[in-house]
Amino acid sequence: MTSDRLSASILVLFALLVILESRHLPLGTFRQPGPAYVPVLLASLLLIFGVLLMLTAGRAPALSSVRWTEWHHALAILAACVFAVFAIERLGYRLTVLFMLAFLLKVVEKRGWALSLVFASTLAFGSYFLFYTILRVPLPQGPWGF
Amino acid sequence: MTETLHNLYIGFSVALAPNVLLYAFVGCIVGTLVGVLPGIGPLAGISLLLPASFGLDATSAIVLLAGIYYGAMYGGSTTSILMRIPGEAASVMTCIDGYEMTRKGRAGPALAIAAIGSYVAGTVSIVGLMLLAPPLASFALRFGPPEYFALLLLGLLVLAYMSGGSMLKSLAMAALGLLLGMIGIDPMTGFFRFSYGLVELGDGIGVVPVAVGLFGLSEILLTAGQPTAPEVKKPRLKDLLPSAEEWRDSIWPIGRGTVLGFFIGIIPGSAHIIASFVSYAVERRLARHPERFGHGAIEGVAGPESANNSATSGAFVPMLALGLPSGPIPAVMIAAMMVHGISPGPLLISQQPELFWGFIASMYVGNVMLLILNLPLVGIFVNILRVPYPLLYLAILVFCVL
Repeated sequence: MTSDRLSASILVLFALLVILESRHLPLGTFRQPGPAYVPVLLASLLLIFGVLLMLTAGRAPALSSVRWTEWHHALAILAACVFAVFAIERLGYRLTVLFMLAFLLKVVEKRGWALSLVFASTLAFGSYFLFYTILRVPLPQGPWGF
Repeated sequence: MTETLHNLYIGFSVALAPNVLLYAFVGCIVGTLVGVLPGIGPLAGISLLLPASFGLDATSAIVLLAGIYYGAMYGGSTTSILMRIPGEAASVMTCIDGYEMTRKGRAGPALAIAAIGSYVAGTVSIVGLMLLAPPLASFALRFGPPEYFALLLLGLLVLAYMSGGSMLKSLAMAALGLLLGMIGIDPMTGFFRFSYGLVELGDGIGVVPVAVGLFGLSEILLTAGQPTAPEVKKPRLKDLLPSAEEWRDSIWPIGRGTVLGFFIGIIPGSAHIIASFVSYAVERRLARHPERFGHGAIEGVAGPESANNSATSGAFVPMLALGLPSGPIPAVMIAAMMVHGISPGPLLISQQPELFWGFIASMYVGNVMLLILNLPLVGIFVNILRVPYPLLYLAILVFCVL
């Protein structure tokens, strides 16, 4: 299995899923296309490109040879982002960013408590002041007014 | 011509308003920082700051974002010349001869020629944009849906061809992108497509979250765990002046880079990157002593740096005149304009003359700001690289959350 073949397989599966899901919508005709017409057309194109990619993916590097030593960093960042998505409306912008940055600095980057808390709170409250107060970007407030 | 000058006068009255001037300055500073910092390109920079522009009026928002774009082109040369680290992709060619000049103790002239070449190219190419965009927009007023469909299709195909890697992969990604655009309400029939009863999906997937995720977050993930940048060699202000010979050797490459960059900028693709590569190749081919290239030839700095700046103005021609993005950066800028209720296209120049000409005038002003910023303050910008990357990426992550 090469990296390109894996990516192409995902594209093919996605295209098939779109075609399958489009059954719930009217297809229409060439002269009077329905809401499913263009998605099916695009998904068919994606399917064709995906299959062609699978057929020509033999020269790509093998999946087992791909090394990404920083995957734990990336995973922690993604986990922090998922936390931000669910927490931002409930905890508010400032607390969410504070927790997210403190976690990444203390747990992932292995920095001291003092630096982690000072840096996280400066960035959380400073960016809130810059964007909410000065630039008037609407940011979610927490239940305690934070 | 009189009409153009009159319009330009209107533009300068908009661009020199204190608030617009302030946002042009902020854009130039942020752009220079984006260019200096490896791992954040102009695309990521613009995408990350896009939400911050929502609270501004349309002209200030576009001036801010455009400032980041051409500011990054200036800033990108600094780390390429001093440290052989391209701050962004368009500065890769500058690394070759720029860094060799630094090793020979000529970092100052390399930085000066890069900044002056960028200034000349930036300013001349704005004249091109100013003269070419209005007639192109008048012509495009005759376009109907079939012409626009054909133009967009052509744009996507050329983009896939010019993107450098596998054309098949580019076409697959174009199809995937268009499919993501299908989510939400169908404007023709009113049916909800692939929204599964979720209100958020009913409106479709916005360009901003996609841009922030694809270009902002992905840059962080790719560079996660990167160590701090190596030692920096900072030139003194008095060392910046090029010699007479260096001036002579740079004039024609700057001129050729400007013209090449502008026309390459109009063609869909990663214009500023391609322009710098083509300019380097042209200069090497035309050089009387091509063997000097790779060993500190100033032409290898002057040409590519002029070309990548000129390409930014070229990329604005189809964006402003036709409403068509010639690459991902103009696409994000179109999204920013649409957020402010402005549809870029043939009617923009006639319906929003203050915005169009204000934008043009702000580019002249921005180029002067960048020239002033980039020469004397080069030492300050380079110091940013001393910030440990773990702290830097967290600051970038905050922009993604915004």
